[in-house]
Amino acid sequence: MSDVVEKTLTALPSLLSLDSQPGSAKLSSTSKLGNLIRGITELTSKHEEEKLIQRELASIKEQVSSPNTSMRQMKELMVRAIYCESLGYEASFSYIHAIKLAQQGTVLEKRVGYLAVSLFLNESHELLLLLVNTVLKDLQSTNLIEVCMALTVVSQMFPKDMIPAILPLVEEKLNHPKEIIRRKAVLALYKFYLIAPNQVQHIHNKFRKALCDKDPGVMTASLHIYLQMIQENPEGYKDLTASFVTILKQVVGGKLPMDFNYHSVPAPWLQIQLLRILSLLGKNDQSTSEIMYEVLDESLRRAEMNHNITYAILYECVKCIYTIHPKSDLLEKAAKCIGNFVLSPKINLKYLGLKALTYVVQQDPKLALQHQMTIIECLDHPDLIIKRETLELLFRITNAQNVTVIVEKMLEFLHSNTDDYTTIDLVGKVAELAEKYAPGNEWFIETMNTVFSVGGDMMQPDIPNSFLKLLSEGFDTVEEDRKLRLFAVDSYVSLLQGEPGKLPQRFLQVISWVLGEYSHLREELEPATVMRLLAKLLDMKQTSSETKSWVLLAMTKLVRAGQVFQSAQEVSETYGSSMDTVLRQRAQELQHLSQDCELRARVLPQDAGLEPLEVDSSLSFLDGFVSEALAAGAAPYKPPHQRQEELAQAKALSLEPYGLSLPISMSSCSIADRQSPTLLSMSSGLSGDSTDLSHKGSSTTLKLDGVKRVWGREGYLAQREAVEEAAQVEVPSPLRSPSQQAEADSSHSQTPTPTPTPEPDQEKQQLASSLFFGLSSQSSVCLMGKSEPTPQRFRRKAKGQASSSGAAEQISNSLVSAPSAVDNFLCNNLLDSNITSQVGISSSEQTSELSQGPATTNGTCDTEAESTDGDIKGSNPSLIIGDNGLVAADPTPHKDPGSPKDFCLSSHLPAELSELCRSEITPLCSNQSLGLSACHVHKEDSLVLVVFITNSSDAAIRQILLDLDSEQLQVSCVSDSPVEDVTSHSVAMHQFSLTVKRPSVHVEVVGMVSYQLPVGTPQEVQFSYKLPLTSFIRPLTVSTEEYGTMWLSFSHDTKQNLTLISDGEEPLTATLNVLKEKLQLHIVEIIGMEGIIACQLLRDQPCLMHCRVHADVLAVWLRSPVPDLPDCLIYHCQRALQEH
Amino acid sequence: MIKFVLMVNRQGQTRLSRYYQPVELSRRAALEADVVRCCLTRKKDQCSFVEYKDFKLVYRQYAALYIVVGVTDTENELSIYELVHNFVEVLDKYFSRVSELDIMFNLDRVHIILDEMIQNGHIVETNKSRILAPLTALDKMADG
Repeated sequence: MSDVVEKTLTALPSLLSLDSQPGSAKLSSTSKLGNLIRGITELTSKHEEEKLIQRELASIKEQVSSPNTSMRQMKELMVRAIYCESLGYEASFSYIHAIKLAQQGTVLEKRVGYLAVSLFLNESHELLLLLVNTVLKDLQSTNLIEVCMALTVVSQMFPKDMIPAILPLVEEKLNHPKEIIRRKAVLALYKFYLIAPNQVQHIHNKFRKALCDKDPGVMTASLHIYLQMIQENPEGYKDLTASFVTILKQVVGGKLPMDFNYHSVPAPWLQIQLLRILSLLGKNDQSTSEIMYEVLDESLRRAEMNHNITYAILYECVKCIYTIHPKSDLLEKAAKCIGNFVLSPKINLKYLGLKALTYVVQQDPKLALQHQMTIIECLDHPDLIIKRETLELLFRITNAQNVTVIVEKMLEFLHSNTDDYTTIDLVGKVAELAEKYAPGNEWFIETMNTVFSVGGDMMQPDIPNSFLKLLSEGFDTVEEDRKLRLFAVDSYVSLLQGEPGKLPQRFLQVISWVLGEYSHLREELEPATVMRLLAKLLDMKQTSSETKSWVLLAMTKLVRAGQVFQSAQEVSETYGSSMDTVLRQRAQELQHLSQDCELRARVLPQDAGLEPLEVDSSLSFLDGFVSEALAAGAAPYKPPHQRQEELAQAKALSLEPYGLSLPISMSSCSIADRQSPTLLSMSSGLSGDSTDLSHKGSSTTLKLDGVKRVWGREGYLAQREAVEEAAQVEVPSPLRSPSQQAEADSSHSQTPTPTPTPEPDQEKQQLASSLFFGLSSQSSVCLMGKSEPTPQRFRRKAKGQASSSGAAEQISNSLVSAPSAVDNFLCNNLLDSNITSQVGISSSEQTSELSQGPATTNGTCDTEAESTDGDIKGSNPSLIIGDNGLVAADPTPHKDPGSPKDFCLSSHLPAELSELCRSEITPLCSNQSLGLSACHVHKEDSLVLVVFITNSSDAAIRQILLDLDSEQLQVSCVSDSPVEDVTSHSVAMHQFSLTVKRPSVHVEVVGMVSYQLPVGTPQEVQFSYKLPLTSFIRPLTVSTEEYGTMWLSFSHDTKQNLTLISDGEEPLTATLNVLKEKLQLHIVEIIGMEGIIACQLLRDQPCLMHCRVHADVLAVWLRSPVPDLPDCLIYHCQRALQEH
Repeated sequence: MIKFVLMVNRQGQTRLSRYYQPVELSRRAALEADVVRCCLTRKKDQCSFVEYKDFKLVYRQYAALYIVVGVTDTENELSIYELVHNFVEVLDKYFSRVSELDIMFNLDRVHIILDEMIQNGHIVETNKSRILAPLTALDKMADG
């Protein structure tokens, strides 16, 4: 087939010159489109093209706006406009006509209208709104082709805000008898999921239905959604693993109709998609991975046909096998597969093999050894792409032993490279490797010199930053530290004596910082010499003013040596009148500090690089200034987002540019902090060591876990032994030539660098041995190397297990002690049927009930408690809360009075609390002598947690100390003098008032009670008590006007769609009433299809809610000044409506 | 993920372009010229995948016509390479022996075919008869 195509197309050039071609038969050669195409094919220059297209555009413009143009002609005009746009000439006048064509045209004309819209407009274009009605109409059309077109355009682009308008129609199409409609509906939903995931949350089960669709096309379409969702949350879809495996098994087994085959391979792209999903699911999950081993094995076996597409599947398969939990025989087969790839004479396969190998060596570095000779060959491959991919691979297998060779190869590539992107990328990698594995000072400095001079001003700014940080932070020994700095100084002095004009600005900045800070270490180096070298930089034309200010600061530091006063004065005079304010300030500083030694010693202390820098990030030193300003009538500070919002809402002039400029200027300012010495020198004497830099540094080193670090915070920790074993390299003399250094490097690092030998093979062997040094302990080539630390994935695994077992422990700590069988028996016997439902009662509490409950609280107390309990259950079911969350509402609360224990304890509630709404009393923990229970009582302005301590022993318990703590809550004790002693068989009560510090869906109080029995040592019991955030929600009564002003001033918000309740009443009112009852909200006003609601989180933390009915969903928008509160509240709203 | 699909001839003239990530119209011509230069300078025996800025190009040549697909680094290049061929096979089936002029004179139809195969940068259909079904239905309705 492909041969046929290629032959046909080969004949083309000759066809072009002919007038009548087979392809153009459908169009008359005299048509306007035909003319345009002929014009385009005959073009010879850009200038001609421009003339032709401008003429064409003018003619299209004239015709589209003419009322006589038929839809058929309009279609042709659109195609011509598409041509013009695809040549880069804007035809914006035709956009509106494209929409019109989609609206009014029939069949092919309509399709071309939609096509033109999707080509012309981007997703945020406002004209797209005009398309909504057309789409709506077409979705409801009886003509399937029109429905199809509408769904196609919806899955390409659709305005986000209008999704609710068509969502029901699209959902409906999921049940359409035609597969193509179902398939396109799924793709449309996929688009919605991409642009507005919240809107399609409620139809997740429909996705599942699509996955199980009898038509393979619909199933394939649903995989796009699943791949996306699983990427975001693999945990949520583990249960589908078996389904995906079954599907893949069927596809691989050839169960699909023949027309899904491509070159007799069954649905290859579908296989690839499934393999991607499986690898996401099986990652770090042994049990899930085990489900897929068999099908992966089969995929490997089936894909043995020699065709590109089977290799594409194999590649995906290999990646999957190396991503999921490892299985040795599969790994072996996959490794063999990779071998076939890299050894293939076909260059595309070789490339893919290298790519696979790059991925795989992260898990198994030894695999690179098997293919080392191939890798070496690829390193010298004439195709740069192959070379580049090989370097990528080498980067992944770098270790302390082979770093010199690999970095050398990378630098070699860099020198010949002309592409900026590649340079930036590679330079960053070299810097990373140098920091991690540098075998010695000289090598490190030399390599970084190359990085700076090649990377120039393009490289990532954190490279010079972290380099300077390394230098200034120092090492474990002062001596090593000094040597490195000395070497840097020497190297830079010689560079400046050469041709500094060729060095990039960033490098010059690094150089001047180092010379300013450390040149005094080299005693024989006169400050005047350094000063002269730096002054030369100032005089160069190409030196930027940023670099100049670095130079000036370096000079300021040098002046402390004293002898260079004269030249400092000259320089400061020159730049004291500079137009550049930063430069002028530097010059002023230089002048003043060179005159005032004391001040200079304070501002720029020598060798202070290791002292921690105190930064007052709260800016408290400005407090006085602020209060003065406030007293003088200045407006209090408002954060930027609040200001912007107020401006926007107040409908003032659009000040967006100003609004924007603030964050931008702040960020640029912080960049300047890091780069220019200005602020650093003002605030401290140690420019390199600001907190800012340490952040920067840590961000570059994040990826390194599991990898041995040689250069780090602690400095150069390189295999000191190895270095010492190696031929002792003396401290380098100040001005060593690069070639000498290279020699020193090779001996230093103990790595046999390739030496030219007559036999190229031997050369390669040697290169291989140095490249793959340290990759394997049993390798024949490199016996001395030591193996890498165990692959990361295993390590992470172990960690996960440890932490999960830790969590389990915690849980068991907080669990209520389970009642023994005997206790249950006892309980059933004595308290009869009343108690059968109550299983979780612990022995101690029962004892207390037995001894005290029936005797003391008979009669009156009983009924009172019963009514309270009943009231709560009847009016506000969601408020009855158990330790494990919500207790389902009891449909017949009055017939089933609360447990007797509840009455007994509730009788201890103080009168002012017993009348109020409260939760069920829940046992927390207990032992032979003491039991703890708790409930929370809803006061109007607070939430009270009541803890009951029941003494079930025969002796008094003394020195009871109850201590509560919570991450999310503020806990304060209400009782004036907490009870410390509880006499035998009695109950003591503690009250705590709770307020929310940090909102969360559920909040938890953890506590510890310690007490002393008459005999024995002091005892401790731990417990926890969980309650939902809704307990803290109270209605907030505000007027609509107040609501309006509050709404504008709140900055945290969230939006979500909720399902409406429709049982008889008007749905909006019904839904809001449910929310009001269950969550204690205040409905401010309902106007038409909109409602506004207010509530507060104790205390005084308002949250406002705006609801609007859209189709059959309720679009809810919550705002609050408290972060997270809207999100938590929306969760409870969803729960409340679901439970309804 | 697929960023764009281009059909360019040996002279560097764009015959068809479809972007799946927004690129301003004013920048497209320059990007296309650059991309084409990248592919045209490569020899037959070189790899069909090229690194371009922060993404990759997969290209395939059919006589004087190049089809270039821009993909992100995570994409399986070989599967895209074969996707291009599948696309050409579909065109060949529809136009029965497709030529560059077929593509030029039926730009709208080629776009419609492409829309059936790739959406939002993802491969959504590869079954030839299903790709062509909507278009042939349209043709029939237009004729009848």
